[in-house]
Amino acid sequence: MRNYTENIIEAENLVKKFGDFTANDRLNFQVKKGEIFGFLGANGAGKTTAIKILCGLWLPTSGNIKVAGFDVYKQREKIKRNIGYMSQKFSLYEDLTVKENFRFYGGIYRMRSGDIREKTGFFLKKLDLEKSGDTVLSSIPLGWKQKLAFSIAIMHDPKIVFLDEPTGGVDPVTRRQFWDMIYETAHNGITVFVTTHYMDEAEYCDRVSIMVDGKIEALDTPGNLKEKFRVESMNEVFIKLARKK
Amino acid sequence: MKRFWSFVIKEFYHIFRDRKTLLILFGLPVTLILIFGYVIRSEIKDANIAIYDPSKDEITKDISNKLLASDYFNLVENVQNIQEIDDIFKKGVVREIIVFESDFARKLEQNGEASIQLIADASDANTANLVVNYTRAIIFDYMNELNRNNPNPLQILAEPRMVYNEEMKGAYMFVPGTMALILMLVSALMTSISIVREKEMGTMEVLLVSPLKPAQIILGKVTPYVTLSLINAVTIILLGYFVFGVPIHGSVFLLLAECMLFILLALSLGLLISTLTSSQRAAMFISLFSLMLPTILLSGFIFPVENMPEILQWLSVIVPPKYFIIIIKDIMLKGVGMSFVWKETLVLIGMTTIFILLSIRKFKIRLD
Amino acid sequence: MRTILFILQKEFIQIFRNKTMLPIIFIMPLVQMLVLVYTATLEMKNIEVVVVDRDLSQTSRELTAKFDGSEFFIIRGSTFDLKEAEDMLRENKADLIINIPDDFERQLFREGNVKVQLQINAINATAAGLTNAYATSIIADFNRHIITESINMVKPVQMKKINVASSFWYNPELNYKIYMLPGILVILVTIIGMFLTALNLVREKEMGTIEQINVTPIKKYQFIAGKLIPFWIIALFELAFGLTIGKVIFDIPMEGNLLVLFAFAAIYLLAMLGLGLFISTFSSTQQQVMFIAFFFFLTFVMMSGIFTPVESMPEWAQKVNVVNPFAYFIKVNRMNLLKGSGFWDFRQEFLALGIYAIAALSLAVWKYRKVV
Repeated sequence: MRNYTENIIEAENLVKKFGDFTANDRLNFQVKKGEIFGFLGANGAGKTTAIKILCGLWLPTSGNIKVAGFDVYKQREKIKRNIGYMSQKFSLYEDLTVKENFRFYGGIYRMRSGDIREKTGFFLKKLDLEKSGDTVLSSIPLGWKQKLAFSIAIMHDPKIVFLDEPTGGVDPVTRRQFWDMIYETAHNGITVFVTTHYMDEAEYCDRVSIMVDGKIEALDTPGNLKEKFRVESMNEVFIKLARKK
Repeated sequence: MKRFWSFVIKEFYHIFRDRKTLLILFGLPVTLILIFGYVIRSEIKDANIAIYDPSKDEITKDISNKLLASDYFNLVENVQNIQEIDDIFKKGVVREIIVFESDFARKLEQNGEASIQLIADASDANTANLVVNYTRAIIFDYMNELNRNNPNPLQILAEPRMVYNEEMKGAYMFVPGTMALILMLVSALMTSISIVREKEMGTMEVLLVSPLKPAQIILGKVTPYVTLSLINAVTIILLGYFVFGVPIHGSVFLLLAECMLFILLALSLGLLISTLTSSQRAAMFISLFSLMLPTILLSGFIFPVENMPEILQWLSVIVPPKYFIIIIKDIMLKGVGMSFVWKETLVLIGMTTIFILLSIRKFKIRLD
Repeated sequence: MRTILFILQKEFIQIFRNKTMLPIIFIMPLVQMLVLVYTATLEMKNIEVVVVDRDLSQTSRELTAKFDGSEFFIIRGSTFDLKEAEDMLRENKADLIINIPDDFERQLFREGNVKVQLQINAINATAAGLTNAYATSIIADFNRHIITESINMVKPVQMKKINVASSFWYNPELNYKIYMLPGILVILVTIIGMFLTALNLVREKEMGTIEQINVTPIKKYQFIAGKLIPFWIIALFELAFGLTIGKVIFDIPMEGNLLVLFAFAAIYLLAMLGLGLFISTFSSTQQQVMFIAFFFFLTFVMMSGIFTPVESMPEWAQKVNVVNPFAYFIKVNRMNLLKGSGFWDFRQEFLALGIYAIAALSLAVWKYRKVV
């Protein structure tokens, strides 16, 4: 277990309301630089809302939130330069080839052409997709697409990468490989903020927060949480929390 | 059956939740009818003219005054130099220049004749033709007045009677035309797009594996559009009747039945297009180009089909709105019944059947 | 700037990779142009006539022959029964009934005048007006003819005569094709440019890819420019292509400076495409954007004077046309191609559309939200 000190995300009383509905109710948490932060919760608990606010896609209703040292109200464009994002819905271009997708996103992040080529080669080699560089994305299996989306989200070396249910709908082997990629990313100093509802995945995180109905009900390392609730697995932690409601 | 209705209701929700589309869906026919009713005039009014009059005598002044006293013309400038004509036209304001010959009155008195030249800007050929005809008519009137004291000894007088439309209202043309256009738009275009959308978003597969039969899915998708189309048709008929005085001489029941038939035809066309395409964009462009523009131009909506070259008249045979417009005009304006429009009705039924069969075949091929 | 290039590259790849796009952009509109150019004529030919001649005299036969000989009319039948003729009118078998009374010739020579009734199907008021004008002028000609024929029967009189000659500049044969083609071309270029641009942006919303774009540090204007420029280029190319076809097939005149025309088209397209993008920024589905764009497009076209003279419209409608970019381009296109008007003649139109383009694009950039 490594030690993390510096805060890279600070959320203080984050509130997001849609009309009468409160999607995020006074969330307080800090994410440390370089850690893998698991953001857990059932469907509809408010995970995606929070992640969209942290990425600068949505404005919060109230609260003080800083991402990579920048304010989400006033410095969203600066935040965006320092983050990567992979959304729940697969959102690379299906009608572009693998390489063209890399090239496009690299270009938007103002990477130099040489760097884009280098990174593309690096990721294709790592994913063992060198032969598929000129294949359009629509004819690539979902598992590979997810890994590609993740690669593209980190190709510009962001400080933080946000992953919104990255492993939804993929097989256990691919999930395992995906988590290997996450570890490697964190090892390279990129903070990983990941939402999931697979509780076994929660075990891989340095720290997790568990959201129920828009509120954070628990926040600690998986080990401490299991100890506190006196259970064997994160799954049981989650069930206990959900039942409490 | 219950499953089917819940599906239809879902489709209605889709449409009603989209306020912007709904607003336009009902706003478009009204706007179009009002534009046609109050804006588009194919007769001449206030056409800009210039006059070149080197004579400046009683007669030329009389003629000029007579022209300008009509509502048709509006004097923009008096041309001083005949060389300026090209420059004047190039500015794009003046449509016609009236050139009197010099010594006009004297020549008319002594020689019994004098000349006027009308120079029209025919870069807008239709308008130029109309403007010249109107001018000629006024000058001829004036000439007849001059000769009033010795009338033509032998004269056949034409006594025109405008049948079916004594006041020559434009609404008699555009109300049926707008109806065809709107029904085509809502039924064919909207349907094809909404079906292709399900394909594009991948939700079509979900529907296809559901216990709903494909026919039910299609019916469920089109039912709301049938309803909307009918509401639109009735709106247009009512607007025509109350605002523009377009009568309904024939049977209202038959009229609505024919509308329904045309809606079915348009739906089957929309269905066919949706089986042929896989993206909303393609569906939209095929509908726009193969349905909308021909409906506007080939169906006799603005320009009478009889005037078009032979090839186009042949082509217009396959344009469904053509038959619909004939039927609607016959029923509303001539007050005839089924015995007069059975041929056109049969053509529409035939087309609908063909389109439905074609789409079923296409649909099956896709599923195999 | 480099960012915009990356977006452009991506857009062009997407456009040309899609197999349906090329036919949509280039083949369909041109086929349409070739067909539709023939449709827009008010010239009437072959008006179908049924004659009810109960006189059957020499004069009545001559009058009928005169109609038959005219290129405007075709005699579809003759009958003694007015009822039968009226049925033909009702069945769309004829549009004009010439009703000659049984005492026609005798009355003409005895009283000096006689009436002939013309019953015209007036459902299409415009066509009816023209039918009436043609028929009346044939009868007027015929009057002159019988006076000279029967010169020995009646005393000739001295008449004052005003000769009216007419000449049609820029299009002496009143060829409606060269008049319609610039108009149809503007319609097609507008449909392609405006609709494709608007649909393209909403498609990214529908597919969810826009979210991935919105988390990047891309500037709003860069994104809008990247969405605008591809279709702007395509539309300009389409205009050039259409003009070439028009020149080759219909031999449309190109009197003016084409550079001025393309400069104007470039500004016009910025305005229209900007409007398309603006519409797409507040729409969420392609169906919605298409419908709203179609509404504007149809209103613009109908009010622009493409088919009918603008001066005939009521004052308020002419004022509305101040904000109708389509009207400006129709006017400029015709003036430039057919009359050779130059930049100075269009300076007001240039200015107006320039302001329009800036406004539309600013609105689009302003309304496009990277954050909700």
